[in-house]
Amino acid sequence: MEKAIKRYWPIFVLPTFAAFCIGFVYPFLQGLYLSFCKFITVDNATFNDFKNYLYVFQDADFGHSFWYTAGFTVVSTVLINVAAFAIALALTRKIRGTNLFRSVFFMPNLIGGIVLGYIWQVLLNCVLSLLEKPLLSLNATYGFWGLIILMCWQQIGYMMIIYIAGLQSIPEDYLEAARIDGASERTILWRIKIPNVMPSITICMFLTLTNSFKLFDQNLALTGGDPNHASEMLALNIYNTFYARAGAQWKGYGQAKAVIFCLLVIALSCIQLRATRSKEVQQ
Amino acid sequence: MKRMLALLMALAMVFALAACGSEAASAPAAEAEASAAEGSAAAPAADGSVYYLNFKPEQDEAWQNLAKAYTAETGVPVTVVTAASGTYEETLMSEMGKSEAPTLFQVNGPVGLANWKDYCYDLSGSKIYGELTSQDFALKDGDAVAGIAYVIESYGIITNKTLLEKAGYTIDDIQSFADLKKVAEDITARKDELGFAAFSSAGMDGSSDWRFKTHLANLPIYFEYKDKGIGATDAIEGTYLSNYKDIWDLYTNNSTCDPKDLAGKTGDDSRNEFLDSKAVFFQNGSWEYGNLVGEGKFTDDDLAMIPIYIGVGDEANQGLCTGTENYWCVNKNAAEADVQATLDFIYWCVSSEAGTKAMADDMGFVIPFKGAQESPNLFVKQDAAYTAAGKTPVSWNFTTMPSEEWKNGVGSALTAYSAGTGDWDGVVSAFVDGWATEYAAANAG
Amino acid sequence: MARTERIKNRILTVVLGILCVAWIYPVVMILLNSLKEERAISTSSIFQLPASETFAGLQNYITALTSRGFLSAFWYSLVITVTSVVLILVCCSMCAWFITRVKTWWTKALYYLFVFSMVVPFQMLMFTLSSTADKLHLNNPYNICIIYLGFGAGLAVFMFCGFMKYVPLELEEASMIDGCGPLGTFFHVVLPVTKPTLISVGILETMWLWNDYLLPYLVLDRKKYMTIPILIQYFRGSFGKVEMGPMMASIMMTVLPIIIVYLFCQKYIIKGVMAGAVKG
Repeated sequence: MEKAIKRYWPIFVLPTFAAFCIGFVYPFLQGLYLSFCKFITVDNATFNDFKNYLYVFQDADFGHSFWYTAGFTVVSTVLINVAAFAIALALTRKIRGTNLFRSVFFMPNLIGGIVLGYIWQVLLNCVLSLLEKPLLSLNATYGFWGLIILMCWQQIGYMMIIYIAGLQSIPEDYLEAARIDGASERTILWRIKIPNVMPSITICMFLTLTNSFKLFDQNLALTGGDPNHASEMLALNIYNTFYARAGAQWKGYGQAKAVIFCLLVIALSCIQLRATRSKEVQQ
Repeated sequence: MKRMLALLMALAMVFALAACGSEAASAPAAEAEASAAEGSAAAPAADGSVYYLNFKPEQDEAWQNLAKAYTAETGVPVTVVTAASGTYEETLMSEMGKSEAPTLFQVNGPVGLANWKDYCYDLSGSKIYGELTSQDFALKDGDAVAGIAYVIESYGIITNKTLLEKAGYTIDDIQSFADLKKVAEDITARKDELGFAAFSSAGMDGSSDWRFKTHLANLPIYFEYKDKGIGATDAIEGTYLSNYKDIWDLYTNNSTCDPKDLAGKTGDDSRNEFLDSKAVFFQNGSWEYGNLVGEGKFTDDDLAMIPIYIGVGDEANQGLCTGTENYWCVNKNAAEADVQATLDFIYWCVSSEAGTKAMADDMGFVIPFKGAQESPNLFVKQDAAYTAAGKTPVSWNFTTMPSEEWKNGVGSALTAYSAGTGDWDGVVSAFVDGWATEYAAANAG
Repeated sequence: MARTERIKNRILTVVLGILCVAWIYPVVMILLNSLKEERAISTSSIFQLPASETFAGLQNYITALTSRGFLSAFWYSLVITVTSVVLILVCCSMCAWFITRVKTWWTKALYYLFVFSMVVPFQMLMFTLSSTADKLHLNNPYNICIIYLGFGAGLAVFMFCGFMKYVPLELEEASMIDGCGPLGTFFHVVLPVTKPTLISVGILETMWLWNDYLLPYLVLDRKKYMTIPILIQYFRGSFGKVEMGPMMASIMMTVLPIIIVYLFCQKYIIKGVMAGAVKG
């Protein structure tokens, strides 16, 4: 059978592979190359050694946005996962209205980042002005928490669904047996539920981590990096370096930042997957 | 078998037709192309096309109409795309990388030109260059003419004369910063009794903070340049920043709204307050004329534009801030036919009856070309009157500001200062240190 | 035991109910404000209900529909989403089946390449991708799906592979012996079995495509085409002003169809996400 299928590779693999080359492989390699160049368009690039990278490591804004992003990622990952898991626990207790609750919590996922950003900007600015506090665009700390609230609002529903799926897949007899043995709810939670939903936790951690780290649309719409780049996350910082600055040198810097960003994301994903996977095995 | 084939053929045709139909219906842009194609059948000479990346969002509609009129007349397709405010560089940057790059774009002066000079067609032999009333309006790169100014504008403090009289003053009472301060503070003191404030809100929302981070910031720069006798610098000293602070404080402390709320206020809010007679003064330029005068709005008799006094120099002889930051450049990397079409288009805009009329009336521009029509714009007339009376216009030196980034830095610092989350030192540092850093960064490559 | 349990559940219901209201509120707030006159929508009055003097009826909706081409943006968003999702589903499921059934070094390499592409952030490619798309003239709503197929292939192939590993070989072998070629086998035997994953992938990709902002913003020919997220971004701060009224109206018109579709298909959507997560 394998041989018969193999002859059909132009039909099965080629379309996707060709598009993949256009949409990923070629731009990726070119991007890698351009990060060592000075250029305005791809055709007039001149080789520039490591100058772009040297600049990037001296750029204070980039450093700031790295820490801002890192902080955001940690806080939002923890909050989202804890809240989503808690809600999932509540919704698997067979209480009334479970379906309604589940639908409502999931809804924000359907709304795009740009739209979400503007909805929350309007809302939070109003709250802040009623409290007579400076607006979002004036204070990076408010911007930070604004983004956290926004992300929680958007992502909790999604993660909750995954946790519910995980919790429902625990065989009922495990829980029964534990109850008969007289285990308290807390013991059941820590000893049975959590170890058994480890695969869900892996996925949710992975998704929230990368989503938060790569956040762009929400950041652009909610704070736009104000005040003065202080609430700018990495993706937006790269975009701004690339497009909002005039002059030939900036594109190279932007591309170099993008490569560093890319490496960071890859490293993060690897570490994270390895960490949770190893936990899974132990359990 | 034959019947089968016929059926297949018929099906194929129906499908093709349907595809055609839906394509045409679904792409409004295709209409423009189609009409352009018709037009070119009438006028065979036209084989180039124009793609204008417009800088001025306020004039978007007027440009669209003018482009349509030109296409109707000559058959040359003209596409006008307007960049969102504050994103011109960004849009230009990404559009220039494309195969159908803009054929006509603009730079704001020498600093902008430095970034784009490799793209500028030498306009020295062009017809439009010959139409300029003065060589001063050409932007030169060595001997080449890289850009041509297409509009001259003035800005100052637009004053509601009617309200000012209600408060017991006339515009003749304001001849210096001290006068302005006195009047404004008096109005604030009697705010509840009068029912209006001195200044409309100085909105610092990203879409309109250019009024202060660029236009108002021009004044301290202008006076510093004037003292030193220079026209550009790699390091600003900020000699007159305390005056900048004075005028900014005056704007924000005698305004319709709390300084804290400025970050969320837009230029629109500010204009609406002015239109609703909630404020006497409104800092803006001649381009606002069309928004202020007309049905249900003001008449020429209600309004005046006075110079922005900051308490420096010879205030008795200070005029409005007049100049340009709008230079047309033609993309030399565009196809030859497109370059020619673009040159024809801009020449038509500044020399033909329809073009000059649209620029004067619909856009409210004063254009520095021989064929210019007289503008009905009150503020433009006032500028001429000030100059005729022997006052010196303040030139536009903000074209020498090192980068957009610098302006944003100053804007952010100003907003933070007003909201109380920052202090004036922040503004000074953004102004002075930011200038040096940005100048170095911009000229490093 | 049962009693305390019941009380606990009551309390939980109330807490969740309150949370639910908080979850829906922002959307309701936008709805209310989209009915207000533009000047009544200011920073401090967002929470006020539309009163008789500030009620604008459908004015904002009319402005949004007529002034900046909302309908054409809606159409382009729809075309892009539908064509790309269909293309991704068909091509990637075929590709994934091939990768799982043919075990050679290069299918393995391809698989890891797809997985790798899932992690790479868009910023890495944004410039080169848009210039590549421009050179190949893949910059209009009718063929941008090829770019999306390339860029979105990673996730889809990964998910399909995850599922197809567990599809029993017997059925396929039987079908091949019956004389169906690989193509016939794929479309008649494999694809029907894959339906749950097709739905999951379809939903995930739809959610991404419909809301994607940066890729179409950079890739599409800006002279002619705008999608809904781009249009909403344009309402804010373009054309010299912030048009809050029309912007909120457009947000509503963007969100409402999605919510309606969601209400009808939520069973599939939630199942799809669940299935996708378990397989992932």
